[in-house]
Amino acid sequence: MSGAREEILASIRTALRDAPPEVEVPRGYRSSPPPADLVALFDERVTDYRATVTRCALVDVVEAIRSALGDAARVVVSGDLPYPVDGALDDDLSASELDAVDAVVTTAAVGIAVTGTIVLDHGPGQGRRALSLVPDRHVCVIRDDQIVAGVPDAIARLDPARPQTWISGPSATSDIELDRVEGVHGPRQLHVVVVRED
Amino acid sequence: MSATFVGMPAFPDAARSALADSQLRGNLAHATSTIRGKRAQVVGEVSEWEELRLAGAAIKDNTLHHLDEHLLRLERSLTERGATVHWARDAAEACAIVAGIAQQHGVDEVVKVKSMATQEIELNEFLAEQGIAAWETDLAELIVQLGDDLPSHILVPAIHRNRAEIREIFRAKMPGAPDDLTDNPADLAAAARLHLRQKFLSARMAVSGANFAVADTGTLMVVESEGNGRMCLTLPDILVSVVGIEKVVPSWDDLDVFLQLLPRSSTGERMNPYTSTWTGVTPGDGPQEMHVVLLDNGRTRALADEVGRQALRCIRCSACLNVCPVYERTGGHAYGSVYPGPIGAILNPLLRGVGHDKQLDSLPYASSLCGACFEACPVRIDFPEVLVHLRSKVVDAHRGRAERGVRCTLRAERPVRLGRAPKPEAVAMKAASWALRDAGRLGRLERLAGAAGRLLARVLRRSAPGGRRVLGSLPGPGARWTTARDVPAPPTESFREWWQREGGRS
Ligand code: SF4
Repeated sequence: MSGAREEILASIRTALRDAPPEVEVPRGYRSSPPPADLVALFDERVTDYRATVTRCALVDVVEAIRSALGDAARVVVSGDLPYPVDGALDDDLSASELDAVDAVVTTAAVGIAVTGTIVLDHGPGQGRRALSLVPDRHVCVIRDDQIVAGVPDAIARLDPARPQTWISGPSATSDIELDRVEGVHGPRQLHVVVVRED
Repeated sequence: MSATFVGMPAFPDAARSALADSQLRGNLAHATSTIRGKRAQVVGEVSEWEELRLAGAAIKDNTLHHLDEHLLRLERSLTERGATVHWARDAAEACAIVAGIAQQHGVDEVVKVKSMATQEIELNEFLAEQGIAAWETDLAELIVQLGDDLPSHILVPAIHRNRAEIREIFRAKMPGAPDDLTDNPADLAAAARLHLRQKFLSARMAVSGANFAVADTGTLMVVESEGNGRMCLTLPDILVSVVGIEKVVPSWDDLDVFLQLLPRSSTGERMNPYTSTWTGVTPGDGPQEMHVVLLDNGRTRALADEVGRQALRCIRCSACLNVCPVYERTGGHAYGSVYPGPIGAILNPLLRGVGHDKQLDSLPYASSLCGACFEACPVRIDFPEVLVHLRSKVVDAHRGRAERGVRCTLRAERPVRLGRAPKPEAVAMKAASWALRDAGRLGRLERLAGAAGRLLARVLRRSAPGGRRVLGSLPGPGARWTTARDVPAPPTESFREWWQREGGRS
């Protein structure tokens, strides 16, 4: 439909004959002062979504992951996850096989304190997008130096060329009488482990 | 969804029957007040909120004013990243493109993420005619689809249904729904999870919209809550995204404004549970064939309207619906479109033109010009200004027809000669527009109106259920509208006075 393309562009140009000049976009919001304790705020805001947060030192991370996994029998990880997880399956699974898995452990690219968000860019340790979507429990390990203050800091750090998943709490819906219910299609349990790098 | 809005009665008639439906009114009032409260709280947390609104409006305006250039950049970036770009002048072309892609791959079933654009073009109905089943995967859309019903709210389309009704719809229409299904929302959500899981795992093609499309990088973004979007965007091999041409933003960095404005305005959350972004095809991850359909369908018509084009800034957050006294009492269906509420009252006539359809022409009158929608709108669409402008366009269109010998009965109870009739209203509207464009003027006038309201309150003494004071029918051109709806009496305290008293926290 190349006719459509030319016609739409021509209509736009006709419509814009009287268009006013560009206006300046105010960007002061990018320099608002950061909160005092990023990690504490991140913890509070993630918890607000009824996700679970564990904070631990690097030496305790394996134990923290183990307890976050709880009774999950089948666990999948991306082959390049930097933390050992006993008995974890490697990701060479089909979608239906993934559906039979109980939990997934990933790292993250960025954490956002103000909004309580973790962002996956599906780089090392995070696996392809389906991996952190289909299993019902997601354990996400993030280093405290990956936590930024707000959305503008996160946008500045992230690479748009990579696919991204921004996650704020477990899957939820308010579609029935506006009752917030955890869990429709995404993981119904989200457990975030914040590792202190010392 | 086999139901459509085609042949809907004009707003006043549709509103009258909606007003009689107390279930609908009860559900809606609860929903809108709940979301309003949540929104006020999370917006109050952001000290730079007003600056973000200004930034959002400026980014959108700058983009719209050079829309051709941004679309061409978007096309280039998408193509470089392995996506195929299609252009569609109207709904029929867009539907044909999507169906063509499905047929080319021998696909007879697609999964869908909630998308206003695909509802607007009635894609599901078209696909059904072609023998292709389209499964809505958003819980509310699923309720609407299974109930053979129409969406009534942008954000929570099934808000007119209560839990007992939803259970009945699931039991009757959802294959495999358990017999002992309760009406507990968690159980209903779990039933939907089970029902759709198989579809997600086996679907070969998905259809989505996009909240934003970044010209610089070719990145598309979908903002959602349930994870059905992630499923559709990740599991199938083929992804087709239908994107209105106004969804483009110049650069990735601009998203730092919209990802703050949208979730807080929309669901009243600091951030929605899931946001997905993707930039063309990523080898080994997600769909390996990608199509983007850039949709006009009236947007260039809206763009040509100097005053009205600001409606194309809309990011579909639905905040304007939730603060609208007209919407709260009539519900979404009365607007006869997938775009209800204040945004619907301006966007529908802008997209489709005025002077040829009674239903469309009645929409700019579905407002008391109270301006609450402007205050709530994250991209500062000046609703009173656009509504007044559209009313005069409606009147002009009919005056043109009247001059050609057509008697017009549109706005008044009795046929009138339109050369005369609209004048008083047009003058009042101009004045309102003048006042509303300037905050200082508005403040002064509102205090005046507050004083007038206190006077009126002593005179009128009429009250609506719940004790709210109302005016009876308005005389003149407003009469048709007020016979279907009680007009709130001017408040004794203006919105701004209330705002200041409340510490400006909403
Ligand atoms: S017009 Fe403004 S408030 Fe209404 S849905 Fe669009 S962005 Fe939201």
